[in-house]
Amino acid sequence: MKRDAAIATKRNAAIAAMWAALVALPWWLPLIGGYTALGSKVLIYAMATMGLNLVLGFTGGLSFGQAAYFGLGAYGAGMTLKYIAPSTPLAVLIGILAGGLAATILGPLVMRRRGIYFAMITIAIGQLFYFVMVRWNEVTGGEDGLAGFGRQPLHLGSTTIPLTDTNYYFLVLVCFTIAVAVMWTLLQSPLGHTWVAIRENRRRVEFLGIRVERYVWAAFAVAGFITAFAGALNALLFNFTSPQDLHWILSGNFVIMIVLGGMRSFFGPLLGVLIFVVAQDYLSSLTGNWMTFIGLTFVLIVLLFPRGILGVFDARARIA
Amino acid sequence: MTLLLFNAFNGLIQGVFYALMALGLALILSLNSVINMAHGGFLVIGAYLAYTLAPYLGFWGALVAGPALAALVGLAVERGLIRPIYRRADPLYSLLLTFGLALIIQDLARTIWGATGLPLEVPDILNSPVSTDYFFVTGYRLFVIVITAVAAIGLYLILRYTLLGIRIRAGTRDLETTSALGVNIYALRAFNFAFGCFFAGLSGVLAAGILGLTPPMGDSLIMPSFVAIIVGGVGSLFGSVIGGLLIGVAAGITTTFYPAGSEAVIYLIMLLVLAVRPRGLFGEEGLFE
Repeated sequence: MKRDAAIATKRNAAIAAMWAALVALPWWLPLIGGYTALGSKVLIYAMATMGLNLVLGFTGGLSFGQAAYFGLGAYGAGMTLKYIAPSTPLAVLIGILAGGLAATILGPLVMRRRGIYFAMITIAIGQLFYFVMVRWNEVTGGEDGLAGFGRQPLHLGSTTIPLTDTNYYFLVLVCFTIAVAVMWTLLQSPLGHTWVAIRENRRRVEFLGIRVERYVWAAFAVAGFITAFAGALNALLFNFTSPQDLHWILSGNFVIMIVLGGMRSFFGPLLGVLIFVVAQDYLSSLTGNWMTFIGLTFVLIVLLFPRGILGVFDARARIA
Repeated sequence: MTLLLFNAFNGLIQGVFYALMALGLALILSLNSVINMAHGGFLVIGAYLAYTLAPYLGFWGALVAGPALAALVGLAVERGLIRPIYRRADPLYSLLLTFGLALIIQDLARTIWGATGLPLEVPDILNSPVSTDYFFVTGYRLFVIVITAVAAIGLYLILRYTLLGIRIRAGTRDLETTSALGVNIYALRAFNFAFGCFFAGLSGVLAAGILGLTPPMGDSLIMPSFVAIIVGGVGSLFGSVIGGLLIGVAAGITTTFYPAGSEAVIYLIMLLVLAVRPRGLFGEEGLFE
């Protein structure tokens, strides 16, 4: 009991330190050669991967097409700003709905599957949206991507907040915090416990009379909404989105970021994203063959480091 | 009418490539329990090695050597990288591993052979149109269909009548029991993986004769091959072939009426099949459900 309390204190301290570092990021990141938009990108990808991890790490469903919902969120937000109304909150909202509802509608087609088959179907479904965005030229900009929109200042009552890079980072941080709070609450609820139970022993949960499929569906839908949220913010970060944002290569990158950080851990994906995004940023400026390096990272992580960074850390904490 | 036939025939040729790819993928999927994301990479290896060897061996020699070398590389990959992770129950790891390989192979192909497209010379006898009315039915396209049919029937005969094929089918059903009966399942799986890569290499060489070679050429074929397996039914090789041909022809016909929808229709067919008949057209009930 005492040890549990000590671990909880340690964990709370770590989380508080992390948040302090995130709030202060615009001041310290430039000092070590980064730029604020990179911080926003890390938070956005962390949101997407933590959402995906609800399915992958907590429910045990091998979703390999998550970029589709990320991209739908991005296109939803971008197209709202470009064609409907110059409003940042509305753009984000429509982005969330576009990706989240797509996942909710498609959920019943995947929820019954397991393992390899689940992965194959989620990958293939993702490609549908990819081709819609590539081929629907006049509206989506096709292969070149959707440009010609910009995030609009926020209006809070009578004050207007211009979304500079730094202000936008704080908006992303607020959204990240909301998403984290929602996911944390869900995981502490009976719903979250059922997800973990399904991961651990699906058949036994079925024998308890629980409709496993509905819970898998719920996980898939929630992950879709949160990933779409991240996608919408990503489109506003760069004022641009392209079919690469829903390509299966991005889906694979999401999964490897999660595994790198530790898929059994709530904040694991954040760590994986941090390492992956920074490494990608650095490598792509260094060598034209960065794809080989990313590929090698995949192979090495699988062969040598399958539990991820926080996974190793957790195992030691439990043994000690 | 000619336009419709033209597009349908084009679609059929595409479908043949999907089917060849899907056969290899399905073999590896059922016995090795690996979704081979690098399958498009093995296609690229087969195609580019055939291109490199063609000046020395001629087209016919390259047609054999390309797929054989792809199989050899596949064997090495299975032995070195995939075998160590068979004991992990979660299919996530083999998926990520082959995904990484796919990135590496594509990048290396671009570094070695360049990003611009290269042509694969086809012998003149194969290049002439068979009929003047149907100019699109060239000898090479018929040749592609014949070779694919020979490969598919050959695979069927091997699986049906040889000891090796019987062992592969038994391993697909129940690997542990097969092992307990004295079959070396590690050798069997290694062979099977290489066999699947042979099919990827073969479709690479054949496709290069029509579409030319580019480093990402495998990308555009691997996803429809997944769909071919899902539509045809996981666990049924026959289903994979039919699934591949079906979506190919459907995409071709769609091109006639609504060109922008030609790719999307493939995935819409898949959604329809999943909604109406989740196990796929020829799939067995209960598998992977």
